Amino acid sequence: MGKKTFTCIVCPRGCRVTIDDNMNVTGNKCLRGEKYARTEMTNPTRILTTTVKTTFKNMPRVSVKTEEPIPKELIMQAMEEINKVTIKEQKKIGDIVIENILDTGINVILTKPLIRNEVKNEEVHLSN
Amino acid sequence: MREIVVIGGGASGLAVALETKKRGRDVLLIEREEDLGGILNQCIHNGFGLEVFEEEYTGPEYANKYIEEFLKLDIDYHLNTTVLKIEKTNNYFEITMSSKARGIEKIKAKAVVISTGSYERSRGSIIMPGERPYGVITAGSAQRYLNIDGYMVGKRVFILGSGDIGLIMARRMFLEGAKVLGVAEIMPYSNGLTRNIVQCLDDFDIPLYLSHTVTDVKSGESNRLESIVIQKVDENFNPIENTAKVFEVDTLLLSIGLIPDIALLDNLEVVVDSLTKSAKINQAYETSVRGLFICGNSLQVHDLVDNVTLESIRAGKCVSDYLEKKLEKNNESIDIIPGKNVGYVTPQVLDFSWSPKELIISFRGKKKMEKTKIKVFQNNELVFEKFKQFIVPAEMETIKLDYSKLNKFDELGISLEEL
Ligand code: SF4
Repeated sequence: MGKKTFTCIVCPRGCRVTIDDNMNVTGNKCLRGEKYARTEMTNPTRILTTTVKTTFKNMPRVSVKTEEPIPKELIMQAMEEINKVTIKEQKKIGDIVIENILDTGINVILTKPLIRNEVKNEEVHLSN
Repeated sequence: MREIVVIGGGASGLAVALETKKRGRDVLLIEREEDLGGILNQCIHNGFGLEVFEEEYTGPEYANKYIEEFLKLDIDYHLNTTVLKIEKTNNYFEITMSSKARGIEKIKAKAVVISTGSYERSRGSIIMPGERPYGVITAGSAQRYLNIDGYMVGKRVFILGSGDIGLIMARRMFLEGAKVLGVAEIMPYSNGLTRNIVQCLDDFDIPLYLSHTVTDVKSGESNRLESIVIQKVDENFNPIENTAKVFEVDTLLLSIGLIPDIALLDNLEVVVDSLTKSAKINQAYETSVRGLFICGNSLQVHDLVDNVTLESIRAGKCVSDYLEKKLEKNNESIDIIPGKNVGYVTPQVLDFSWSPKELIISFRGKKKMEKTKIKVFQNNELVFEKFKQFIVPAEMETIKLDYSKLNKFDELGISLEEL
């Protein structure tokens, strides 16, 4: 019988979770910790957050993330794919930048609007 | 004359503006950058929002939720505008601000809220021997250059200090192709969240040198950083001989702590707390200057943005109450003092002219503690106690207590006792 203990990284609480050979999980404060412990044993995954180049002068980079966690061993390859992209047109937060990255079935999406018109067009906003 | 001027459009300022506007107040927010959202815009990693939304967001996503609401509520704002000075004359404040587009302008306000965040401790604030070459920069500046402007500050990187920004930047620079040779932390434990040690260092085999510090910095011909030396330290943080390790690096990132940015309080007679390095406040987030409020990282450095939001909403409510009730100071107040094992406490003053039902006290422990009782005393009498499994300096603690039973003369002391 072997046991493995690690830190759940799903949220900043960082519970110490223990998993045994029968995949029983203890120490987790919520169900996500149980799921995390199981995938960490079989196929560790991470959400990847990075930036993408744009052609916009005032926003040369815009932030993106994988919509779901992707396998840990694909992270560097995913970085390569994402660094090939340059966005040329305005997009909303949540819009897809790369569909189904590396055949994971997971999209890379914007985490910031490119560009927030209401603000960019208006340096001073006074309602009356 | 405005009712409320909020200075700073990050997590704190946005929350204050939203809360006061929703309570029907007149509010103007001033932001020095060209976009709202503050430091969250460069914190592209995830981990934000679990307390407030019970979901995990990246920094820009978290900011966007508040920015969208802010714009929807049609709140007044100035962007690209720097506040130069705040002065108080009789019953109102005069704020001097400057912008490229409109030059110097002055406005008046009945209440001012400081939500200016914090700045990073830099090399000047620690004693680091060696030369002063290019390539030694704060982790937050490197984060901004990379995530907002899109360029890397170096190719071979070492990080001094294991605060969260340093850990996040270790991963970030690794992902962008830099060699990250290690992180040195002078304390025997990390100052960052455990999850960041796991997912930023362990995931990429980046070594963490605990009880180590940088003891020399060397530059080449063009005054660019070429190498650093780290050494193990003893209990008194003195370098131990024969423990030196040399790393050839072009960049040393400093992640050695944040300090509340209160430069704007210079012209006001604000009482400052040497422990928080910010203004002393009462339980309504009001400084010693009537009508001047402060919250978010400019009040105390938070580890979670969710707590900045929650604190700033409370502050926004207090500012609204202040304008509604036009409270007069009645000079009935007591001090709140950090006692055994407590690093600092906010608020520092309990002012009985304010009458919210509960008192929310935030503080940090001085050291790592297990099975701990948080105790509050007044005049040697225990008025509150709470059990905590773990206390770590990296995490801010918050307790709520009812102060209707307290006397109005004796100070409150808060201490931590290990069982
Ligand atoms: S088990 Fe749940 S509460 Fe604990 S760290 Fe994981 S996600 Fe957070």
